[in-house]
Amino acid sequence: MGDNPSRSANATAGDLGMTPRHARGAGYGSSPSNFNEPPLGGGGVLAKKSRFSIETGFRGLSTASGAMVLVIIVAIAVFLISKAIPALQANNGDFLTQFEWAPNDARPTFGIAALAFGTVLSSIIALIVAVPIAMAIALFLSHYAPKRLATPLGFVIDLLAAVPSVVFGLWGRDVLQVPVRDFSLWLNEYFGWIPLFGGDGPFGQSVMLGGLVLAIMVLPIVTSLSREVFQQTPGMNEEAALALGATRWEMIRTAVLPYGKPGVIAAVMLGLGRALGETIALALTLSVAFDISFNLIENGGNSIAANIANSFGEATDTGRGALIASGLVLFTITLVVNMTARAIIYRRREFRDNAA
Amino acid sequence: MSLIEREIPGVVMTPDNIRSKKLPVVTNVLVAVAAFVVAAAVVLGLGIGNWVLVVVLGAALYLVGLSVVAGRIEGRRAARNRTMKSLIYAACLLAILPLASVVWTLISKGAARLDGDFFGTSMNNIGARDANGGAYHAIVGTLEQVGLATLMAVPLGVLGAIYLVEYGRGKFAATVRFFVDVMTGIPSIVAGLFILSFWVLIVSPWFNDGQPRFSGFAASLALAVLMLPTIVRSTEEMLRLVPGPLREGSYALGVPQWKTILRVVLPTALPGIVTGVMLSIARAAGETAPVLLVAGGAAAINMDPFAGNQQSLSLFVYQQAGDGSKFAPDRAWTAALTLVALVLVLTVSAKLLARRNKLSR
Repeated sequence: MGDNPSRSANATAGDLGMTPRHARGAGYGSSPSNFNEPPLGGGGVLAKKSRFSIETGFRGLSTASGAMVLVIIVAIAVFLISKAIPALQANNGDFLTQFEWAPNDARPTFGIAALAFGTVLSSIIALIVAVPIAMAIALFLSHYAPKRLATPLGFVIDLLAAVPSVVFGLWGRDVLQVPVRDFSLWLNEYFGWIPLFGGDGPFGQSVMLGGLVLAIMVLPIVTSLSREVFQQTPGMNEEAALALGATRWEMIRTAVLPYGKPGVIAAVMLGLGRALGETIALALTLSVAFDISFNLIENGGNSIAANIANSFGEATDTGRGALIASGLVLFTITLVVNMTARAIIYRRREFRDNAA
Repeated sequence: MSLIEREIPGVVMTPDNIRSKKLPVVTNVLVAVAAFVVAAAVVLGLGIGNWVLVVVLGAALYLVGLSVVAGRIEGRRAARNRTMKSLIYAACLLAILPLASVVWTLISKGAARLDGDFFGTSMNNIGARDANGGAYHAIVGTLEQVGLATLMAVPLGVLGAIYLVEYGRGKFAATVRFFVDVMTGIPSIVAGLFILSFWVLIVSPWFNDGQPRFSGFAASLALAVLMLPTIVRSTEEMLRLVPGPLREGSYALGVPQWKTILRVVLPTALPGIVTGVMLSIARAAGETAPVLLVAGGAAAINMDPFAGNQQSLSLFVYQQAGDGSKFAPDRAWTAALTLVALVLVLTVSAKLLARRNKLSR
């Protein structure tokens, strides 16, 4: 994953402490066991560092830039909360359970439940469709395809990961909608007895369309991350499996997949984070509804982000506050997902460093 | 009883059959033909679908049939190997279809309005029945917003990465690194809402007689929030790749640390840093939601990013997609093609630059 610094860089980068602690720096090599010991070298006779120097200024500047990230994260939470509170106080319904979004009325009533449900449902559909295919492509690129094919194909996948979501949304609305509607009609005719595919229509602009567009969007991201993980499998492990007589699939199952598991989980979580926060692709493909329904093929569905994009234009002050409150919920959900993903990656990194 | 006797009982070991048996290609083809014939007979005979279902059902039958036949000839393990391989190839084919369709639609529909008028005019005074109108104002807006965002995010991001690699130690640096990673996943719409509640609703009234005001600058603030973590991450990786002995050599010559960083470490890592910056610019250029929330979009050309509504290419695509005019889809697709071309040029040149980078893992 590239977040693993080489030994020598890690051992020396910025840790020589030459200028800021000059006296100690000179004696550094003589008393490595205890930094509090007075240095044995001649560091004491060297010039002491002045109190205010460019060095101090530069260090302060870069530290402040690093701290900026924390400041921004805290500021996001603080400002969203401060703008959400007045709207939440004006709310006449229960924010957590109300199935309605009418914050612009004289008696504002709105609730997050249906939106949060739609967000999670469309993302889960996207993952169910995208993850197995992404795994297969990643394995194909890392272990099946000849190198002459794998390199350009991996390059194309990386390029697709960079295509803006609005393009996928436009494609989903203009192109994919027709086949999805035909497929929905077919499902409804033959599998209508399953509640997922029931209903009387109209079909097409459904959660299924939104979920499929999301799946096509997260596919390149999950693929390129998993491919990197699979490629990092130690060659020794693979060769050991093959030497024991494993077929290629058995080698993948016993050596590649267990090694890549944490990385793949993290990649999936990152894809989930991307799908949860996706705005425009869903705003273009879903038709607005405010209810909790597991029906996948009837027009409807909504998500927090798509609702913000759709109803921001005609929002009043309270309406804007309500949208900000829903954004706060989205922020919390994605924060939890991302922190879990990162925690998994970090644990894996420790494991790998110890094993190396 | 040896393993081979258990797997294929009743076989005498001779040089001919000690080698494992392979499924003949002819059998493979026969299975495929049989699968598709059966699928066509079932689907068209019962009238439950069209050729798409025939292909899907045929492929499924072929996979099942292949695993059964191969299991009889090659043994269970080899058959499983073959089935998984076919599944992986099938998944690749399945994924290529929609992605190829996206590219094809983009090119075929985007070419419709690829003319000078599109790049030279704005949408000012263009009604629902006017076939012309263009994206000049949107291109200007995208370039200005992304440019300003780059000016803000790059120094901050590079300095932050310098802190993480060269100065940061202990718990605080670990916290910063963790939250840089977490911040990479913040949805763009949340960044837009943040700038909306911070800049547009609270700060901008100070400069505008108490009225909140949309501006391109607000959009660039939101884009900078999105670019910052990506730049910090890529720069951090590149700085870590700079060999330690280079730093040690500089220190040994008596060069202070800040000068070492600016004159030795940064120039060495520069190509990699530029690559990361270009990738983050490409991503910021495609963002729609923050621009929608804080720049508002506009029909006319607005060259001043600090005052008044501004358009951007991605927002132009979104607004034209929602427009009722019959000429709007053509404009949307051409703008989408322009946007993708811009993003791909940035991405491809970043990747080519990365290939020439001498620092590598």
